[in-house]
Amino acid sequence: MNKEYNYAFLDEGSKREIRRCTLKAVAIPGYQVPFGSRELPIGRGWGTGGIQLTLSLIGPDDVLKVIDQGSDESVNAVNIKKFVGLCTDVPTTTKTGDATLIQTRHRIPEIPLRNDQILILQVPIPEPLRVVEPKEEVTKKMHAEKDYAPIWLQLYESLIKYGKVTISSEYPCMVEGRYIMNPSPIPKFDNPKLHQSECLYLFGAGREKKIYAIPPHTEVVSLAFDDVPFEKEHFEGKRCRLCGSTDTYLDEMFDSATGQRYYQCSDTSYCKEVRERGREVRTV
Amino acid sequence: MNLQEKPVLKIQNLTVRYGDGCPECQNSLEKNRCSKCGTVWAANEVSLEVYPGEVLGIVGESGSGKSTLMKSLYFDFEPTSGSAYLQDYKNGEKNIWEASAAERRMIRNNLMGMVYQNPILGLRMDYSSASNIAEKIISAGSRNAGQMTERAKELLKAVEILTSRMGEAPKNFSGGMQQRVQISKALANNPSLLLLDEVTTGLDLSVQAKVLDLIRKIKAQYGISILLVSHDLAVIRMLADRTIVMLDGRIVESGLTDQVLEDPQHAYTQQLVHSLL
Repeated sequence: MNKEYNYAFLDEGSKREIRRCTLKAVAIPGYQVPFGSRELPIGRGWGTGGIQLTLSLIGPDDVLKVIDQGSDESVNAVNIKKFVGLCTDVPTTTKTGDATLIQTRHRIPEIPLRNDQILILQVPIPEPLRVVEPKEEVTKKMHAEKDYAPIWLQLYESLIKYGKVTISSEYPCMVEGRYIMNPSPIPKFDNPKLHQSECLYLFGAGREKKIYAIPPHTEVVSLAFDDVPFEKEHFEGKRCRLCGSTDTYLDEMFDSATGQRYYQCSDTSYCKEVRERGREVRTV
Repeated sequence: MNLQEKPVLKIQNLTVRYGDGCPECQNSLEKNRCSKCGTVWAANEVSLEVYPGEVLGIVGESGSGKSTLMKSLYFDFEPTSGSAYLQDYKNGEKNIWEASAAERRMIRNNLMGMVYQNPILGLRMDYSSASNIAEKIISAGSRNAGQMTERAKELLKAVEILTSRMGEAPKNFSGGMQQRVQISKALANNPSLLLLDEVTTGLDLSVQAKVLDLIRKIKAQYGISILLVSHDLAVIRMLADRTIVMLDGRIVESGLTDQVLEDPQHAYTQQLVHSLL
């Protein structure tokens, strides 16, 4: 561990302040709590919100996992792991089940998370109403007055134009029947995992200086009209080329040499675990 | 129109002022501006009533307070003082300007419809016509997309826009069509009061005639009360049952439309009527 810095890089006062905001966010599910986003040795927009949450919550007993769009090995994930490891000495893992703290960008792991785990999502634009209203002072009022007609209108416009709701990620959801929330740019495939989950979800937006949360067992409903139900992505007839899974979120790959299109689990650690299990079964 | 019935809308002493005002204001007005402190009195102690099924016309020159009155009613402006009562809101017993934000939204969406002179103010130009109509219905709480689409079709048909164009954005429409989309949007939730602010201004004569015909048809079909602002006396003569004349933020004359236009009493009304001739 690098002793020249405070434990977990941030000074204790900053960590306390972020933890206070986190507690407020947990107390008011879906509400965006403003916080004093700190400077980090990483540019804004590269996961600084998530990192600040991770740094303020992490302790010596934790095991950290960092994923970027499902991958444990992306440059972003590897460097965040290195950075946190350098200033905490906390062990890191790629196995979802072994981690107590999981920082993620744009995906929720495939296996259901437990009550003793916290998932921290990096958020670029926390405000779900930003697409319909550019002014912060107006969106604040809209949330306060629960005036969500413009976002419903956006869904309706999509239905009129394309015959279906075309939002594929950052699909807005209603939290505990009170606040409409942006679940960060996770694919809408992951939205149902937020509903009545066992784990605590924390969302950090460093550039926009907001923290929000979904505590365990919270009602999270993706917006849908009475007669047009919410639909997540389907991968009928497709399977992961490595592990054969058919019920996971699949990335589409294109081999320009052969012109072939194939699919692979976006959650790399899940894919690896499935393959290892298969190998064990074969060995036995 | 039945003057024995309770009014659909009753405005009492509406005042909209730009500036702090001074004790000398009311005695030092030059037109509607105080010569001592510079405060502008856009609407000055305006009172009126609109009865069920009635079209009440408001005429006056630019800056006389017509649009200020309409926009205050539609909560676009916050009036300085005064009260307004809608029969459909708390039985006409609560001042709508004292309503909470949620109640104001309900009044705007369910009880009133507004058609602005400039369609940009009333429509989302980039959204489809169907969505523009659906916006009102969504705001009123409906979450059934099929019903919204059916209602949009019905209203577009009523204002003579092809339902095959419901997916098109108003920015692709002509001025007259944009006004008709605005009218259909205003009618989306069957309001009891329609506010029409210079709806035919800027349209060519043939399109004006179509829009006016449409308003007449709507009045006959829906029996809706209409507050109609115009500086075109021909429009007022054609549509309004009663007319009030505004000058410098005040009402200077009111009465049955024929009476006001045929036998104007106030010097300004006389000038207005004669200038037409």
